[in-house]
Amino acid sequence: MPDLYGEAMRFLTALVLTWTTAAAGALATPGQPTDGHLGFQPAVTPIMERVTSFHNILLWIIIPITIFVMGLLLWVMIRYNRKANPQASKNSHNTLLEVVWTAVPVMILIVISVFSFPLLYFQDEIPEADFTIKATGYQWYWGYEYPDHEVPQYISTMVAEEDLSEGQLRNLSVDYPLVVPVDAVVRLQVTAADVIHNWAMPSFGTKMDAIPGRINEAWFQVTEEGTYYGQCSELCGIRHAFMPIEVHVVSQDTFDAWVEAGPGSDEANAVIAEYSAARETRLAQLD
Amino acid sequence: MSADAATHDDHTPSMWDWRRWVLSTNHKDIGTMYLVFAIFAGIIGGALSGLMRWELMEPGLQVFNNGFWGNEHNYNVATTMHGLIMIFFMVMPAMIGGFGNWFVPLMIGAPDMAFPRMNNISFWLLPFAFALAVMSMFVPGAGGDMGFGGGWVLYPPLSTSGHNGPAMDLLILSLHIAGVSSILGAINFITTIFNMRAPGMTIHKMPLFVWSVLVTVFLLLLSLPVLAGALTMLLTDRNFGTTFFDPMGGGDPVMYQHLFWFFGHPEVYILILPGFGIISHIVSTFSRKPIFGYLGMAYAMVAIGFIGFIVWAHHMYTVGMPVDLKAYFIAATMVIAVPTGIKIFSWIATMWGGSIEFRTPMMWAIGFIFLFTVGGVTGVVLANAGVDQSLHDTYYVVAHFHYVLSLGAVFAIFAGWYYWFEKIFGVKYNSILARLQFAFFFIGANVIFFPQHFLGLQGMPRRYVDYADGFALWNYVSTVGYMIMLVGMVLFFLVLIDAMIRRRKADANPWGEGATTLEWTLSSPPPFHQFNELPKIK
Repeated sequence: MPDLYGEAMRFLTALVLTWTTAAAGALATPGQPTDGHLGFQPAVTPIMERVTSFHNILLWIIIPITIFVMGLLLWVMIRYNRKANPQASKNSHNTLLEVVWTAVPVMILIVISVFSFPLLYFQDEIPEADFTIKATGYQWYWGYEYPDHEVPQYISTMVAEEDLSEGQLRNLSVDYPLVVPVDAVVRLQVTAADVIHNWAMPSFGTKMDAIPGRINEAWFQVTEEGTYYGQCSELCGIRHAFMPIEVHVVSQDTFDAWVEAGPGSDEANAVIAEYSAARETRLAQLD
Repeated sequence: MSADAATHDDHTPSMWDWRRWVLSTNHKDIGTMYLVFAIFAGIIGGALSGLMRWELMEPGLQVFNNGFWGNEHNYNVATTMHGLIMIFFMVMPAMIGGFGNWFVPLMIGAPDMAFPRMNNISFWLLPFAFALAVMSMFVPGAGGDMGFGGGWVLYPPLSTSGHNGPAMDLLILSLHIAGVSSILGAINFITTIFNMRAPGMTIHKMPLFVWSVLVTVFLLLLSLPVLAGALTMLLTDRNFGTTFFDPMGGGDPVMYQHLFWFFGHPEVYILILPGFGIISHIVSTFSRKPIFGYLGMAYAMVAIGFIGFIVWAHHMYTVGMPVDLKAYFIAATMVIAVPTGIKIFSWIATMWGGSIEFRTPMMWAIGFIFLFTVGGVTGVVLANAGVDQSLHDTYYVVAHFHYVLSLGAVFAIFAGWYYWFEKIFGVKYNSILARLQFAFFFIGANVIFFPQHFLGLQGMPRRYVDYADGFALWNYVSTVGYMIMLVGMVLFFLVLIDAMIRRRKADANPWGEGATTLEWTLSSPPPFHQFNELPKIK
């Protein structure tokens, strides 16, 4: 017998939590999903900043439209129900009205495209890049390669739940993360070795299919140091949900030291761990 | 109209004569079989979604944890089969096979479909297609795991080298047969509608439901052969060493996606267009007004059908298409909002000035209009490749297409079901139970799918058996919504049982003066053969 009362209380608690978290939207941790949140993860690249503001514009269009339609529906239900209006009119044409509700949506769509197309071209046209990273999707892990730094491919695999250490996130943390310097313009090349995967990083606004036999390109420039998580976003088999992406954005010096230490090794991980610990101490002192 | 002239000459065979059903050439009997089949398939498709929501209620693996229900692969099988079953074996049979078969001939004043025996084979192919699809769940798919878990889109290489077992071959065969069934049905409807309209019923006097079916079957006829081609290429890639989609031999996996979505996008309009027709009749009937802007409504559907063929790659914004191509698909996709807006506003204008009676079908119809609007505006968001870069393959997409299908198409099916129930079965139903079902469905479906917008914006990918802990709350709420909707489903069966036990004789026209189409001039249920003397339309 399920504990119905307990379930009901949990649901109510969940509802209350919703309200409170919605009010406390500023508390989102960058780079990872925050429970109960309503919108995008905080943006840390120019692309994602533009995506977020374009989406805000869209919300200002679609929410009023929805409320308008709901209002019209409520109005006809109140004003023109059988009690309020026993005798129906026989009116079934109004050319002006029909022209208006064709023309106005067209104009709204033109307004949307004025914002939409620049964003599309901004995302798609890759600027002069500082260096290139090649990501290869495998069933079910990622391989990363830094051709410009002569870093050969290393493998990045999810940390199993029982092996998680302090501060690592279930289903999101990996053993050997991707590392990039802050503010560097990175050209990302994505491909796959077996089936289609997708390299997706919500806070960067990056999502690119990894397709066998093709190399797709994307770019990002992360403006804030930190740790960011993403997940494979194209169904790739039994462990599709368990090949996450972890990116550490660090200072240029740390990045150089990391390259020096040989990515994919414990020594390289130690460089990153030391840097992150120092950064956390620094941030704690600032508070 | 002397429709009743037929009744004295009624040869209704017994309910219990198997030949009446297996050898049926009667459009009403075949329509009923389609409806029963759709309910049956809907139960299985709905149960699969129940397993999914049960699994996703909490982080971690609860259901697909190597126990009775299998492992993570079986979760993927559940999502795949939920999609395929609901599309090919629930919505399409209910709308086109069920309501289409029943009411297209009645509404145009025809005695039956143009090719009654082809109608029989159209239906009877479906149970076999369905059996193959269900069988595929119980034979090896990937490695030693049972079933095909590559998503309803069947993308290679996951559906070729990624699934080496026979499950995918059974699925290909199943969809081929279901496709043949639909193509035969489409030919039948086109011929019927073009040639068997009653004297005086010009194409511009046809009821909107007939218009909607006409557009739908054209989409079927033009898009299904493309799917059949893509499936055949998958089959030969899997079994006969071809490399259509394999880069090792010069092929390209993305070509499959283009072929699939050239079928797949018209397919989603195939699912919703008959619903548009049904809603138009219901809104007009219960407002006691003729439909507002009839010609605009009819040609809006034609426009939606046409544009539906030139927007397919908006499902593929992340495959690495040239940017100008993406720009084209953004523009073309957003254009669909215009005819869709015309339909929404025309329904409201039909109600405006009307004398609205809130009978059961009308409640479903008004619910449909609102929910379809919500699904429509999120569609405009997704049409923009810039934002879709963030939302592609997340729960935002899941929320969007369930608002237009699970809440759009399914609400339209229930609206039609309660609108024509008495006409089809000849008995009344308990409208209080049916309204209660609506209430549970409306609340439940919104609680399931609205929070999924938030999950998608936060970045939760689709088709995930287990998720990061930051997605826990909204997944929990969504599963609670499923439980609410489940109560609605139980109520649906209570309505059926109640109607079956009480057997209150139905009226020929329960809806009064607003119901003006030809099916209401006949008895409920209509005579086994109707319109032996063709009605004349003024």
